[in-house]
Amino acid sequence: MKRDRYLPRWVIAALSAAVGVAGIALVAQSDAASVAATTSSAGDAAGDVDYLPMVFVFLLSTFIGLGVIRRVSRLLHTPLMSLTNAISAIAVVGAILVAGPDVPPTILLLGGIALFASVTNIVSGFLITDRMLKMFKRDERGAPGIDKRKTL
Amino acid sequence: MSALFVNLAYIVAAVMFIFGLRMLSSPATARSGNALSSGGMLIAIVVTLLSKGIVEFHWIAIAAAAGALVGALASRLVAMTSMPEMVALFNGSGGIASLLVGWAALFGADPNSAGAVTPFTAVTVFLSVMIGGVTFSGSLVAWAKLAEVVPSGAIVFVGQRVINAALLGGLVLCGVLFALLPAPDSPLFYAILGLAVLLGVMAVIPIGGADMPVVISLLNSYSGLAACAAGFAINNNILIVSGSLVGAAGIILTNIMCKAMNRSLTNVLFSGFGAVKTVTKVEGDVKPIVAEDAYLILEAASAVTFVPGYGMAVAQAQHVVRELGEILEANGCEVSYAIHPVAGRMPGHMNVLLAEANVPYDQLVESDDINPRMPNVDVAVVIGANDVVNPAARDDDASPIYGMPIVNVDHARTVFVLKRSMASGFAGVDNPLFFGTNTRMLFGDAKASISALISEFK
Repeated sequence: MKRDRYLPRWVIAALSAAVGVAGIALVAQSDAASVAATTSSAGDAAGDVDYLPMVFVFLLSTFIGLGVIRRVSRLLHTPLMSLTNAISAIAVVGAILVAGPDVPPTILLLGGIALFASVTNIVSGFLITDRMLKMFKRDERGAPGIDKRKTL
Repeated sequence: MSALFVNLAYIVAAVMFIFGLRMLSSPATARSGNALSSGGMLIAIVVTLLSKGIVEFHWIAIAAAAGALVGALASRLVAMTSMPEMVALFNGSGGIASLLVGWAALFGADPNSAGAVTPFTAVTVFLSVMIGGVTFSGSLVAWAKLAEVVPSGAIVFVGQRVINAALLGGLVLCGVLFALLPAPDSPLFYAILGLAVLLGVMAVIPIGGADMPVVISLLNSYSGLAACAAGFAINNNILIVSGSLVGAAGIILTNIMCKAMNRSLTNVLFSGFGAVKTVTKVEGDVKPIVAEDAYLILEAASAVTFVPGYGMAVAQAQHVVRELGEILEANGCEVSYAIHPVAGRMPGHMNVLLAEANVPYDQLVESDDINPRMPNVDVAVVIGANDVVNPAARDDDASPIYGMPIVNVDHARTVFVLKRSMASGFAGVDNPLFFGTNTRMLFGDAKASISALISEFK
């Protein structure tokens, strides 16, 4: 199925694991740092956001993404797109965070529309992906007992 | 709930997304992968709702309920054949959500600090509004083209590239000025918003229908990057992690699509390929065939390969194709389906259509895997595909599609081409396949032609 795999399977697995551990460690560390920052100087914490850890998180998770997605079956490229669309609606977290506090109506409106758009995206994204994946079946005579459910 | 706990839950959600995507490597585990990812999303949403400072549950509940209702209805009602349009709309709504989050971040999560926007926040807000805006309007144009609300061909005019370059330049200039003088209600911000939306429209209109797989993948990538930028703007790691996973997925798909057409991304985005008409003419006799004669050949065949293209989707012929495939199998024939990566209007389009028609996925073969076996195939049935089976891409270095990897159907013993008429393909290139000595043309609607073959078998 995959012709253009540049590295052996285990190397990719090991690299992804290493990068993953490093990324999680970084996230945890930056969280600890930001928690410390907000508790020590709650007033002007917004002024000096430590953005370097965020850049690290971005780079490392991009590499994880490249490693993981490269191995996705070519059969499933359409479900992959609808699933990643649902995941990109993670902006819902941002929408809740901006609309959630006691804010003026302008921000509430912006956050509310963002929330509506991303919840639509999440719900239909995951449901449609499931509907599509349900249709992919093996040849039942060739491999008995894999998935005999008739969907259509 | 403490910030530490919220962030730990975000890490769990991110790991669930990664494993969910990982499980898409096989159709057998893919459904659980999707379920795992949706679980990750649920965790992320719930802990965010429980996190400190969230008080406005009233409006959140209304907006979320409305969104869930629309989403659930859309997922039930949409037909599998309109999946490309649906994916385009998804990209757009991801883009607008990130844009709005970035915009709101400009006012600051804390209303007391409004007015004090740091340059870093300004840059990230600029990026999320720019990428989100381009994704939003570009996706709407892609949707309109796919749904044939507007003509699906490339729209090109003189000075288009200059205008697009000026738009991009203006956008970056506004962004730099905005970062130097950040303010929540700066006119520069509205200029950025307007230019981004305009740029999205202008960037997608010169791209024709057959290049849509590239555009959809690219917009998919942008929707992730927009979420990433919004994550930087509100200083939230889960947005950055998820956004970059999506961005990476889009980049890989874009790369695969470009390779499958042997064209660079720049060429796809800026050449207005579909509008170019070439003058190369292929001379020769076309040999039509009727269903009765085609039946006799198929009846004697021991290996048949179907090569579907966008025409099969248009004619909705996937169900009758599967029926014919089953009849041939019952007749002792080996049946396979050769799938070219850019057949259709989005990555994996043909796979989904054939899966919908209950074709087992182990019969779907990639073009590189079927090509070496092609000389042993008795009949290759081309259904609504043209450029992806054009031998000129392999043999004629003057052809505009020269170098594009194709399905070598002309190496099969006999080729049936199901075609409405003798019009040339999307790329406007004549196809020497139609004049080959082993090619027989079965004219008419693909669905009607296949149905006629089925009735011959009965």
